[in-house]
Amino acid sequence: MDGSSLAAIWLTCKLATLVTVLLLVVGTPIAWWLANTCSRLKGPVGALVSLPLVLPPTVLGFYLLLLLGPYGGIGKAMDALDLERLPFTFAGLVVASVLYSLPFVVQPIQNAFEAIGRRPLEVAASLRATPLDAFFSVVVPLARPGFVTAAILGFAHTVGEFGVVLMMGGNIPGKTQVLSVKIYDYVENGDYAQAHWLAGGMVLFSFVVLLLLYGSRKQSSWSR
Amino acid sequence: MEARFRLAYPGFTLDVDLNLPEKGVTALFGPSGSGKTTVLRCVAGLERAPGGFLKVADSIWQNDAHGVFLPIHARPLGLVFQEASLFPHLSVRKNLEYGMKRAGNARGEGFDAMLDLLGIRALLARDPEHLSGGERQRVAIARALLTRPRLLLLDEPLAALDVKKKQEILPYLEALREELNIPVLYVSHAPDEVARLADHLVLIQNGRVTASGALMATLARLDLGSAFTDDAGVVLETTVAAHEADGLVRLEFPGGRLYVTERDKPPGSRLRCRIHARDVSLALSAHNDTSILNVLPATVVAIAGADAPGHVLVQLQLAEGGPLLLARITERSRRALAIAPGMAVVAQVKSVALL
Repeated sequence: MDGSSLAAIWLTCKLATLVTVLLLVVGTPIAWWLANTCSRLKGPVGALVSLPLVLPPTVLGFYLLLLLGPYGGIGKAMDALDLERLPFTFAGLVVASVLYSLPFVVQPIQNAFEAIGRRPLEVAASLRATPLDAFFSVVVPLARPGFVTAAILGFAHTVGEFGVVLMMGGNIPGKTQVLSVKIYDYVENGDYAQAHWLAGGMVLFSFVVLLLLYGSRKQSSWSR
Repeated sequence: MEARFRLAYPGFTLDVDLNLPEKGVTALFGPSGSGKTTVLRCVAGLERAPGGFLKVADSIWQNDAHGVFLPIHARPLGLVFQEASLFPHLSVRKNLEYGMKRAGNARGEGFDAMLDLLGIRALLARDPEHLSGGERQRVAIARALLTRPRLLLLDEPLAALDVKKKQEILPYLEALREELNIPVLYVSHAPDEVARLADHLVLIQNGRVTASGALMATLARLDLGSAFTDDAGVVLETTVAAHEADGLVRLEFPGGRLYVTERDKPPGSRLRCRIHARDVSLALSAHNDTSILNVLPATVVAIAGADAPGHVLVQLQLAEGGPLLLARITERSRRALAIAPGMAVVAQVKSVALL
């Protein structure tokens, strides 16, 4: 394996880790709101969050590119604030990946919250826990299997993405060239040996991830 | 304690105005769907009745006229639900400590006494999933009480338990009744639990309070037959007077005595018993040729129609200033004996349920 492959692996791990952490932080309140709201906005917001499940990644990447680029609203705002525009940067990859993997994190957490129901919160409140206290001392521990599933899916899905990365990040070695794009590069250049290393590694990685996922699910259903 | 709540749902309106004693167990009794649990949830602050008012002891928990509404976590109350509500991710000890810590009882005041009172000392290290239903409820009650609440709310705490488990937990609840000096609101649709535990009875039907008063006096009312139907009857508070040689136990109450079969309570202890109206028959004079043991002289106070067809309920006064008794007899017998208010009769009690 050559240096550029290792750089791509490192970059991918960095991206996926950062994105997973951000997704848990952003996705948890969204999941909580979706699990508990009676608002009429529940349907539209739920659908919006789930869009990346259905849309081709290139569509999402395309619109993000337009929005964040020099003629897009956010791109212009960033220019005005003297900030670097996001397309073709690592930060841009992070933003795109968070949006793209959001449903994979929100849905398991939302399901876990819904399965817990209101009762444990009512009990905690009757024992003088404030709502925030009850959330961290009761809901988070009870929803742990949901969080584990969400983290694994969010991480794995970010590692596996291709279309959004290509649209938003391009293919800049060491900066935005992640694994999936690197494999595409090798294949395009006929370097099948290098492609095999990375592709085979991905197969193994994905298998292990799914093994962990199903393992944790079985365990959690047993402990209930 | 004062409570006024009015809540309207499609097809159901709750409208209650309660003034309850600051001590003792108040049973909110009524059929399912009558709104008794909603009343409890309003008191807890889990439900907000707009325009509601709630005062417990000297503190106002809700007064919407002045925009006062304490959130539940700011109300010093203990709450026990129908089904086991222990946190599954915490051991029994951690469950107990959860409320203690947050209620400013980190030092565990009363912890040991509570373990003994509810018989849960041996369970401390266990996980809730390894407890029986009755054990879980006992831990839940201890957890609630260790927050040193000013009011204890029990929402059908025995309804999810089978008869055997119920019998196992009732003595603990009785012991609590003796120990606690805070008011208890006990929601139930089981007449036997109410008869055994309550001091005060609030009858709720279709979202309204149809009766509220001291347990014994309220149970003896003639106009509530439809709420109790076949379970109509009174509760007598008696004292165990003596264990007699032939295996019978003599119970005494102001205005009379009752004989019941063996019960392992020592002389001097108090015992509640329940006499169903359907188990009381009337005669005009005392017979010596009857196998019925408990024959009590009484005076007819009033007569009203019973819920069962062809029957009437007769309210009787046992001795001067003694307790009231209900008898359910057929209208035909009433006519044959010409039973009317003011008449002296003899009540024959076919069976006494010891509580």
